[in-house]
Amino acid sequence: MSFKEKFEAYDWEEVKASIYSKTPHDVQKALLAQKRTLEDFKALISPAASSFLEPMAQLSRKLTQKRFGKTMQMYIPLYLSNECTNICTYCGFSLDNKVRRKTLSREEILREVKVIKSLGYDHVLLVTGEANQTVHTAYFKEVIQLIRPYFSQISMEVQPLETAEYEELIGLGLYSVLIYQETYHKEDYKKHHPKGKKSNFNYRLETPDRLGQAGIHKMGLGVLIGLEDWRTDSFFTAAHLQYLERTYWQTRYSLSFPRLRPFSGGLEPKVEMTDRELVQLICAYRIMNEEVEISLSTRESEQFRDHCIQLGVTSISAGSKTNPGGYAVEPGSLEQFEISDERSPVQIAEMIRERGYEPVWKDWDQIFVQ
Amino acid sequence: MLKIADKTFGSRLFTGTGKFSSAALMEESLLASGSELVTVALRRVDMNDAHDDMLLHLKHPHIHLLPNTSGVRTAKEAVFAAQLAREALETNWLKLEIHPDPKYLLPDPIETLKAAEELAKLGFVILPYIHADPVLCKRLEEVGVAAVMPLGAPIGSNKGLKTIDFLEIIIEQSNVPVIVDAGIGSPSDAAKAMEIGADAVLVNTAIAVAGDPVAMAEAFKMAVIAGRMAFEARLANQENHAVPSSPLTAFLDYEL
Repeated sequence: MSFKEKFEAYDWEEVKASIYSKTPHDVQKALLAQKRTLEDFKALISPAASSFLEPMAQLSRKLTQKRFGKTMQMYIPLYLSNECTNICTYCGFSLDNKVRRKTLSREEILREVKVIKSLGYDHVLLVTGEANQTVHTAYFKEVIQLIRPYFSQISMEVQPLETAEYEELIGLGLYSVLIYQETYHKEDYKKHHPKGKKSNFNYRLETPDRLGQAGIHKMGLGVLIGLEDWRTDSFFTAAHLQYLERTYWQTRYSLSFPRLRPFSGGLEPKVEMTDRELVQLICAYRIMNEEVEISLSTRESEQFRDHCIQLGVTSISAGSKTNPGGYAVEPGSLEQFEISDERSPVQIAEMIRERGYEPVWKDWDQIFVQ
Repeated sequence: MLKIADKTFGSRLFTGTGKFSSAALMEESLLASGSELVTVALRRVDMNDAHDDMLLHLKHPHIHLLPNTSGVRTAKEAVFAAQLAREALETNWLKLEIHPDPKYLLPDPIETLKAAEELAKLGFVILPYIHADPVLCKRLEEVGVAAVMPLGAPIGSNKGLKTIDFLEIIIEQSNVPVIVDAGIGSPSDAAKAMEIGADAVLVNTAIAVAGDPVAMAEAFKMAVIAGRMAFEARLANQENHAVPSSPLTAFLDYEL
């Protein structure tokens, strides 16, 4: 059984109504529970929980420190290509966006790697659009083999692949794969992905199952906040996470909460999520799940990121470029989205230390994926 | 003094290096703990860099490094990681950790036994992290481990000695040192482990995440000393009923 069958047993509107009907009493019950259920999670993300933000933050911080200590994992994306055959209404790489397309060559990748290494990074996240003719498994294999000597941990955020393809890449040293559902609202998903392979909602929904079956060490989940009601989307993410943890019990999981950011040809978010609401969501996930890693990208503002360090976040990027060649080859090319926190990795590391945490540049080694 | 393989230790408090807010605070805490055996996760160390920040902070003549294989999921991965660690860190001591479960980080007994058997043949001094399973401890002893490290509670849980009944059986039966690892949350837990006869305890989270890690490290140091002293002094038996200080049969002992 894959998550698809579980998912189909739910009704979006019913879930949404259930979240919005939670009361302060439900929130209190969730906060005091020894073991928390998905019903408790609904209470924690409900509007009723907004007046419990401080106790939620206190609990979230305590649980995070117990599990992760006072450390913050550092990572950085390496955009390999902006070629894409999908139309996604919210993305700068969308096929209908008339921009120059670029896929980095081996030599260009090494130039980018050199800059990333000089910033102090040991973990890297490879990112591409979805262009199966040019950016395919053979290309990923080549890239992983090329950069493997330079990094302790290689992660990937690319189009969904088949189980056998994931197995092959894991065998070469791939550690983690991030795969965002964007939204669990089936009809809205169709509206935002009208063309290309990505328009297949179910294929994307079942990608974490294929990753689990391939034996991936870590996978990242999440939705793009702004496309649909974030509370309902987050409930489905939590349900998906719970299913995956129980089914693929040897895999680690991470979550991130990208909020829709301006980009070339931009889409206005359907739903706005305030900073308070994002804090509520981070705390709710942590209170529900003590082990999940929580990432915060440079999409968020300086001030917001500074405070989130203590709230439940466990990994953070810095100095990110969201365009292929952005570090060295072609710094002026089109970004996938605008970043908000433009501080350098050195500045971010200093901020982390000032807040009493240790920036961690290496927490994995290729020897574990031999 | 505690002897494990070819080394003797004045301190029976072993410590870990994870979760501290800085390498400097880690170092200060470890020094305050008096620990002479410090476990370090291979995945956190740059094995190609002799100037690795964490390793530099552990360079003290009395501190021995105990690389651990945290992160591996199989015996095969553990053996490979151990060989690399031996080469890079120049020690054949190894804390063997195989936990395929990333949620509670519970050790895999089958893979651990397989790896221990192979590593023993390769000349490693193996300290395996395991569940508090008395039979597994004996099996590990048979394949040649230098000590066993049963857990008191899940790693990082600070729940104390939840497995105490099994720890007591392990201690009673063991021919190798027993180090209670994982779950110890407070100095009183550590003292209790020592009182029941553990040879040493390993503590990380309870020190690293404390409000004042340096002071907590010192508190653990004293608790371990007190617990060991109590064990050696032999605790008086517990009684369920009152034992009168003037027993009724005492007269039999008097000379008439």
